[in-house]
Amino acid sequence: MKKEFILEAEGVNKTFSGFKAISNLNFYMDKGELRTVIGPNGAGKTTFLDLITGRSKPDTGTIRFEEKTELTTLNEYQIYRYGIGRKFQTPTVYIDHTVFENLVLSLEGSRGVFNALFARVSPEQRDRIFDILKVINLADKAEWKAGVLAHGQKQWLEIGMLLAQNAKLLLVDEPAAGMTDEETVRTGELLLSLAGKHSIIVIEHDMIFVRQIATKVTVLHQGTVLCDGTVDEVQNNEKVIEVYLGRSKAH
Amino acid sequence: MAKPKFRREILVAALATFIGIVVLPCLNAFPAENSFFHISNYSINLYGKFLTFAVLAISVDLLWGYTGLLSLGQSLFFALGGYALGMHLMLLIGKLGQYHSDLPDFMVFLGYPKLPAHWVPFKHFWFAACAVVLVPGLLALVFGFLAFRSRIKGVYFSILTQALTYGACLMFYRNDFTFGGNNGLTDYKFLLGHDLRTASTQRGLYICSVLLVLAVYAFSRWLTTTKFGKVQRAIRDSENRVLFSGYAAANFKLFVFVVCAMIAGLGGALYVPQVGIINPSEMDTSKSLEAVVWVAVGGRGTLVGPIIGAVVVNAFKSFANRTFPDYWLMIEGALFILAVLFMPGGIVGLPAQLRGLKRKKREHENPVLIAPNAQETVDLPDTLPDQADRV
Repeated sequence: MKKEFILEAEGVNKTFSGFKAISNLNFYMDKGELRTVIGPNGAGKTTFLDLITGRSKPDTGTIRFEEKTELTTLNEYQIYRYGIGRKFQTPTVYIDHTVFENLVLSLEGSRGVFNALFARVSPEQRDRIFDILKVINLADKAEWKAGVLAHGQKQWLEIGMLLAQNAKLLLVDEPAAGMTDEETVRTGELLLSLAGKHSIIVIEHDMIFVRQIATKVTVLHQGTVLCDGTVDEVQNNEKVIEVYLGRSKAH
Repeated sequence: MAKPKFRREILVAALATFIGIVVLPCLNAFPAENSFFHISNYSINLYGKFLTFAVLAISVDLLWGYTGLLSLGQSLFFALGGYALGMHLMLLIGKLGQYHSDLPDFMVFLGYPKLPAHWVPFKHFWFAACAVVLVPGLLALVFGFLAFRSRIKGVYFSILTQALTYGACLMFYRNDFTFGGNNGLTDYKFLLGHDLRTASTQRGLYICSVLLVLAVYAFSRWLTTTKFGKVQRAIRDSENRVLFSGYAAANFKLFVFVVCAMIAGLGGALYVPQVGIINPSEMDTSKSLEAVVWVAVGGRGTLVGPIIGAVVVNAFKSFANRTFPDYWLMIEGALFILAVLFMPGGIVGLPAQLRGLKRKKREHENPVLIAPNAQETVDLPDTLPDQADRV
């Protein structure tokens, strides 16, 4: 039986004042897949995530979630509520809140105003948060303000916020940026352990990291899919070598 | 979590309330007028006015300090609350006015044949009391809905709120707007059967002001500790993250904007019987800016800060107005600039700021001590310099 698609983007175009950021993009992804998206600067990777999460609207094209929900007509928080979580390129956490509070705000559950007035953190939720804190290695910093964390720790906290949300589709923009080698390896292990249960799109530049996590890689170039396949296939693809890897080899 | 701190806060609040509603009124009522301990009727009245300003300041801070919404139109809601009660007070004057008519004086003067329909229900105190919170609340609901739905943020939001209050101000200046034009509403005599011109009524209003500050403080304290309060501060620090965490930030902003308009309305309602007049100059743009100055001077993002700021700046203002009346505006401007540049935490933040300076100096003298990742809130224990010497 054919696997269900978690995400299908078809004929997507997006132009920013004359610059074609995304051009006739087609992208399909199975449920439970861990997909890595690479591509040179300006290839449209982050714009693609913006379009999925409702931060900007495509000029034309459709983006469907779980084969039924059209995302292009929804806004950010509606899309979130369908089960799509996003980690930004620059770590975006609440700097004035403690690490613990950051996770409280991200836990799945009601998002209503009146609920927020009377909501309390239940013992189960507290346990869940401490489980996540262990996974992201911040258990001893639960009461620290997120603003004083190191860059890599903020990255992890933001990944932890996605875990708390329990999203079906995780969009992870450059998770390894600013991390030490050891932290990068651990991040890769974490993402691998999440695949299957969640579907994950990872955008990354670090090819060692990509090699660690990637089963399937999609290469974006000038806003469109250049090719996809395994890391080796992609690295040996002539078009890719020409636009991307070849250029970096020349340096 | 911080239990002892909380207990200390309750203690301070209880002490302040006790002084506010027992000690000061007693010193006003009992000692002889020439006694050293006597507090004049004028002073009690002045303190009451300052406290209604403190309520306004808290409403500014809940928006600005806690949600990142700099509203430059908060005095509009304050004035609307004032007008709502003022209308009731006008109707209680009855035939005691200059023209001995059932109509308020300005209506006789402007040739109104009868009371306009929207004035009629204000004969009832309960109606006026509801209008005090509902009129500002409704206006904030409509304005906020439109502004937040269109994702108007930052300085654009501030400019719009200022335009709103300016527009309302111009409207209230018009005689045919049925609210007394530029003279406003004044010459009140009674409130709930009490003569407003007696010292005991003014004392009562002053006590009500203390209680209102306390209630608004307690409410805000509760609100900011709920999950709602966390979302509020999250919106201030990273609205994008909030949206991408599934919260409809606009709804949260709308809620707090409406609540703050109601709080400001309550302050205005107690301001009017103590000052004895409400006119459109109260919703002038400069009034809203003043409230922002109080908050900045007192300490933005705290709840005690706005209260202290409102009282201190206004006390200083009434002193300055007597001593060097021509310079007040310049002093106020300088105060604001100084607060923003050199006292980011305001008066409330001063102790922490001084501690920070001291620590920096110490670290400068003992560079060994600079700890990476140290939390800002953690104070170095006093024993550390000794240990450093041993190193």
